[in-house]
Amino acid sequence: MTTNNTTARKKLIEVKHLKQYFNAGKANEVKAIDDISFDIYEGETFGLVGESGSGKSTTGRSIIRLYQPTSGQILFDGQDISQIKHRDMLSFRRDMQMIFQDPYASLDPRMKVKDIIAEGLDVHHLVHSEQERGARVNKLLDLVGLSRDHATRYPHEFSGGQRQRIGIARALAVNPKFIIADEPISALDVSIQAQVVNLLRDIQKKQKLTYLFIAHDLSMVKYISDRIAVMHNGKLIELATADEVYNHPLHPYTKSLLSAVPLPDPVAERARQRTDYNDAIEFDGQQRTLQEITPDHFVLATNDEVIAYRKLAQV
Amino acid sequence: MTKILDVQHLKINFATFAGQVQAIRDVSFHLNQGETLAIVGESGSGKSVTVRSIMGLLANNAQVKAGQINFKNHDLLKMNARDLEKIRGNEIAMIFQDPMTSLDPTMPIGKQVAEPLLIHGKATKKAALHRAEEVLELVGINNAKNRLKDYPHQFSGGQRQRIVIAMAIVNNPEILIADEPTTALDVTIQAQILELLKELQQKIKTSIIFITHDLGVVAGIADRVAVMYAGKIVEFGTVDEIFYDPKHPYTWGLLNAMPTLKTDSERLYAIPGTPPNLLNPPQGDAFAPRNPYAMVIDYQAMPPFFKVTDTHYAATWLLHPDAPQVTPPLAIQKREAEYQILLHQHQTLAQRSNVNDHE
Amino acid sequence: MADNLNKLKITPASFKTVTAANVDAQEKISTPSLTFFQDAIRRLRKNRAAMISFWLLLVIVIISVVSIWWTPSNPNAQNVAYANLPPKIGQGIPGFSGQANVGGRIVDKYAQANVPKGTYYILGTDYLGRDLFSRLMKGVALSLLIGLLATLFDLAIGVSYGLISGWHGGRTDNIMQRIIEIISSIPNLVIVILMLLLFTPGLNSIVMAMGLTGWITMARLVRAETLTLKSQEYVLAARTLGESPVKIAVKHLIPNLSSTIIIQTMFSIPTAIFFEAFLSFIGIGIPAPNASLGTLLADGQKAFRFLPYQMWYPAAVLSIIMIAFNLLADGLRDAFDPKTQE
Repeated sequence: MTTNNTTARKKLIEVKHLKQYFNAGKANEVKAIDDISFDIYEGETFGLVGESGSGKSTTGRSIIRLYQPTSGQILFDGQDISQIKHRDMLSFRRDMQMIFQDPYASLDPRMKVKDIIAEGLDVHHLVHSEQERGARVNKLLDLVGLSRDHATRYPHEFSGGQRQRIGIARALAVNPKFIIADEPISALDVSIQAQVVNLLRDIQKKQKLTYLFIAHDLSMVKYISDRIAVMHNGKLIELATADEVYNHPLHPYTKSLLSAVPLPDPVAERARQRTDYNDAIEFDGQQRTLQEITPDHFVLATNDEVIAYRKLAQV
Repeated sequence: MTKILDVQHLKINFATFAGQVQAIRDVSFHLNQGETLAIVGESGSGKSVTVRSIMGLLANNAQVKAGQINFKNHDLLKMNARDLEKIRGNEIAMIFQDPMTSLDPTMPIGKQVAEPLLIHGKATKKAALHRAEEVLELVGINNAKNRLKDYPHQFSGGQRQRIVIAMAIVNNPEILIADEPTTALDVTIQAQILELLKELQQKIKTSIIFITHDLGVVAGIADRVAVMYAGKIVEFGTVDEIFYDPKHPYTWGLLNAMPTLKTDSERLYAIPGTPPNLLNPPQGDAFAPRNPYAMVIDYQAMPPFFKVTDTHYAATWLLHPDAPQVTPPLAIQKREAEYQILLHQHQTLAQRSNVNDHE
Repeated sequence: MADNLNKLKITPASFKTVTAANVDAQEKISTPSLTFFQDAIRRLRKNRAAMISFWLLLVIVIISVVSIWWTPSNPNAQNVAYANLPPKIGQGIPGFSGQANVGGRIVDKYAQANVPKGTYYILGTDYLGRDLFSRLMKGVALSLLIGLLATLFDLAIGVSYGLISGWHGGRTDNIMQRIIEIISSIPNLVIVILMLLLFTPGLNSIVMAMGLTGWITMARLVRAETLTLKSQEYVLAARTLGESPVKIAVKHLIPNLSSTIIIQTMFSIPTAIFFEAFLSFIGIGIPAPNASLGTLLADGQKAFRFLPYQMWYPAAVLSIIMIAFNLLADGLRDAFDPKTQE
């Protein structure tokens, strides 16, 4: 993992007290995200883990403005994205891109691969002739390791891994600075997952990208991320460097999550001690905020709990 | 150990517009009484087709070209539909991947769990419901008595999968086939369901065939493992043999491609390329084009199974006596080293207990 | 496999390592590239009923197009002397010999009416001596025209209404759906009769009436489909790329809706034809002397007991058109959505 100098790092994304409610004010109100705050530094990979319903995907979609936040702020490069004027929206769309989860649903079945990849080029008028367009598409195909003959084929002719690479090429076409990868590998086979993860890392290095990597597979998130945030019930409950989260988890939910990760190691499996987590402790009515327990290690806690966590961290 | 199920030389084709897709290409394996056999493979490797053929649930365009599936002196492939129905859901039961779609949303769960009993005429309605309550309690649905009349949507995803399992075991099946039963679930729920399956196996003494693509899940639950690739089993052995002493380069690749919480290398090992199209399976070893250890012969002939131990076989030419010695990837070497330690521990343990016996 | 092994000579050279496996070569896709539509048409070709229907309809359409410029004789020219002649193609062809059973005797009606030799009416004449075959040609053409115009309304209003309603969702969708419910609660017939109070009966008012109400099914289908399509990840991807809603509709939604639209069109054409026939049959459709399938049936029905051929042929043609469109639509649905077959 790349070690970064914490003090000099620039914040690319700042999420401040973001709340995203669906059907707000109605009987079926859902608090998908309930007051979360975090920063993503330029050049890092920020991992967001959580189980289904934790609000991790909603967070990604709010940041890229597929949803209008209920309250709170999201700053991209210092600019509040909800204040972006209509005419500046296009340039915002170029800077931030998304890779989707389902390689079967994320490509339009009626379009050829070259048109899928060039969609961003067309929207932003980045190419001015058919040749230039073709050349850019070929370059992108090379970048993601697909053959150039694939350009004229349709998505259904490709395997899941190949489709995911097409999706990556589409996102890269507009030269974004920041990419949200929403469970990009969870629908892929094991042997293909590694290909896609390696590809994402190579491109990050080449193009100096910043990633928000959303996933439920903790081993993969640990592998790819610099820092990790754990979400549960729409709240951010723990945030630290990847190693810190895995080696010294503090919040009981994180501990329980880690204890459930299946390992390809029969001996370790036989010795597994799973710890259960009862989320009733979250609903005791006390106000909790994200507090720094040890340097750069944050846990959602009350003031009393902070002291307990600090003691725990020293052991 | 007695074989409860024996699959011999199974070959299944699918007729498609483009031609015959050879989904299963000569697959043989057996299931011992009381054990859990995991069949591991990527999508399209044929693992699901294999178990569906056991259940007689193949799609219309599937053709069984050859082979036998022997269960209790009967060949399931030769059985007529009515006899098969007697076995299906009774002696052999199946759990599907998606708990959302394997339950009928319009039927109370008590009735659904009791249904297999009623279908096979094993109990009166009242007795069946009573038995359903018992089984639901067994799979960990609390207060089952009062929940028999609840509908599937009133349960969480994990609970629904428990109900599906209850439905499968209500007849005390001798074989339970679990087709990726935890893939759609969250990690913590997955761990719970796996524990439940292990527990149940102890309690009701059933044999389990566990289909998955996730080696991590296999390590915890399986006694034996068969690895499938491109419609063939390429390696099988006990769980320790597959995880600590794998011989097939594909198994190496699979184990290596999964990061563990300990992995910290710059790049993950990735198996290059994609699985072959089974419309025209390549000559020789189907894995050869993706195999960094491929040899000339791999492109010429399919490797037969080479024996590693009595329980461990692998279909790779690397095990041929004339083949050159190759060094497996680093991570695999580490695993082998761990295994040696493990074996050593076992031996010393065994010796100690021997000594103890003599004393 | 065992044979292969025996034949195979294992030499030390067999175990030479093959370096640099050509991954690019095996990522090549060897199957022919089929677009979605090519694939659908391939499946449609296998459906015999749909293909027969398709060819039948094609023949009917071609004959109707021809009727614009040419018919065997003037379909509206009356010649009372030649009234009620039975069909005649040639001497001795049963049913088409120009003979009729009058009071138990077989009579050559053509000779009775002094029709000159060589003048045949293939499907006979009606009570005003008009050539039924020519009238049928014109009538089918008119019916198809009505089907076509009604479908154009269907496409123009129904598709855009459904798209807008589905895409915006929320309150817009709510209001638009209530409007649809109000319109669909009024029977078509009432609307037509009201239209006839305002306009003269004829092609225009029939098409207007059907245009006002016929698009509702299409709008509902398109809306439902749009609701699912808009949460598809490729549509989200287009949004994150900054594509405008109109462009998304044209580039992503309409192509993916096309199968639904085509199938619904195939069902709405025969509905329109049948509705017109019904209106003309009860006398508030196409005014005389113009022929449509409905007016032909209405005329033929009056003398059905004595001169059955005057109604048989228009009825048969109407049935064929209805069945063929429905079978073709069914075939298209299966071809576009192979899942429904199994």
